[in-house]
Amino acid sequence: MTIQEIQDEIVDEFSMFDDWMQRYEYMIDLGKSLPLIDENLKKEENLIKGCQSKVWVHGEMQADKLVFTADSDAIITKGIIAILIRAFSNQHPAAIINASTDFIDEIGLKEHLSPTRANGLVSMIKQLKLYAIAYQTQLN
Amino acid sequence: MLDIQKIRKDFPILNREVNGKPLIYFDNAATSQTPQQVIDCITDYYTNYNANIHRGVHTLSQEATDAYEEARIKIQKHFNAAKPYEMILTSGTTDSINLVANGFASLLKKGDEIIVSALEHHSNIVPWQMLCEHTGAHLKVIPMFESGQLDMDAYTALLNERTKLVFCNHVSNALGVINPIEFIIEKAHEVGAAVLIDGAQASPHIKADVQALNVDFYVASAHKICGPTGVGLLYGKEEWLTKLPPYRGGGEMIDQVTFEKTTYAGLPHKFEAGTPNICGVIAFGAALDYMNDIGFEAIAAYENELLEYATEKLLAIGDVTIYGSGAKTAVISFNIENIHPYDIGTIVDKLGIAVRTGHHCAQPIMDFYKIPGTVRASFSFYNTKEEIDSFIEATKKAKMMLS
Repeated sequence: MTIQEIQDEIVDEFSMFDDWMQRYEYMIDLGKSLPLIDENLKKEENLIKGCQSKVWVHGEMQADKLVFTADSDAIITKGIIAILIRAFSNQHPAAIINASTDFIDEIGLKEHLSPTRANGLVSMIKQLKLYAIAYQTQLN
Repeated sequence: MLDIQKIRKDFPILNREVNGKPLIYFDNAATSQTPQQVIDCITDYYTNYNANIHRGVHTLSQEATDAYEEARIKIQKHFNAAKPYEMILTSGTTDSINLVANGFASLLKKGDEIIVSALEHHSNIVPWQMLCEHTGAHLKVIPMFESGQLDMDAYTALLNERTKLVFCNHVSNALGVINPIEFIIEKAHEVGAAVLIDGAQASPHIKADVQALNVDFYVASAHKICGPTGVGLLYGKEEWLTKLPPYRGGGEMIDQVTFEKTTYAGLPHKFEAGTPNICGVIAFGAALDYMNDIGFEAIAAYENELLEYATEKLLAIGDVTIYGSGAKTAVISFNIENIHPYDIGTIVDKLGIAVRTGHHCAQPIMDFYKIPGTVRASFSFYNTKEEIDSFIEATKKAKMMLS
């Protein structure tokens, strides 16, 4: 599936929820089911600065696709990461660089997009895109 | 007895909704809300007598100058300083601390020592680290116990003839613990050291008497005492303020200026360069009037009642750890086992409740407890037990969702 198709699927899933509590319960479940990052990748250089909770993100190329793993010590943040990984992981770097992030707004998480928001969703997206740019440069 | 419903009517912001729920504001330790009386004072200033002070001969300037200096006297009387000019008006607590730190740069020499407490806010650590780097002085730290109380035996052992300055907050912002500043001041004076007390967290709850405390410097911010942001005070004993050099150069702080030499104005103008926050200072005076009309003893008694009520209810939820015990202001800093404070803060915000989460600009305290941060609920005299009940229900819901 393309990034856009995955994002549409996520938007569809979230449209079934009536209120914020259901959305958050779903995100918390996603957070709990996020495959854990390899313990030795939880190192300083993988830590995203500017988050109130700790967030580690690691990206590596598998064949021609960029695969992300990540973790956080806060469960809601982990849920948000799980959504981002589902949308952006296992894709070509060029597709990740060009991908839109509008679906975040559509699933009712716009409040987390504010640059001052302590969970640093913006920093996370930036980090994923930076990985993609770095690997795309290598491919070129 | 306070008439809380009448008091609540003074705070228009308490009528608003957040996420479709009535706002419950429990982040008072970060900033207090503003009563209509203070808002009216600000409007009145800009509507009727906005002018620059101390310079103009025209009527508006005279009126603004009078109101500004009257506010200084209100602030002086509130903290019981001996003289109005011992009350320097600044942009806030951080500004006040930096003013003193900057002044001590010329008084310290290599090998001198500064003592700070383990309970400090970052704004109370960083200026002293910068000062030590600059002067070659050493920074010593008063350790804390698990209870959040400072170790006074260790403090006494740190003091010696090289100690030049002791710095401590009156009340810890992260835990709400009230520190034994009377003892700290007395012991520091025995070795000839000056003491600077940060009253930012204490001032909404405790009316400090700087003469009775015999403290050398005391600092606080208006925005935590129902006043506006961007205004604070530095109380300094006259002998100390005279010793410290000016902080910033500019208008107002000079006596005579030629290109060869400038002589400085006397106190307090020596430390008040440029156009001050005139409206803010006048509104700070109005805020102190408002608080004093209600009465600090009544405020403290009521807030203590809220603290006890909330503490008991919160502990009853189970798996709750509260950090800091003993004498406290109305602050509860807590965690629920295996749940990140950020997650709790996010859920209770969705329910219209404002609490603080994180390290509260006091990372050394969080490192001490080996935690990423806490949830901090801080109460004010306009809060109610019904609001605490809603907060407890929200916290239970968060616990259920997050466990």
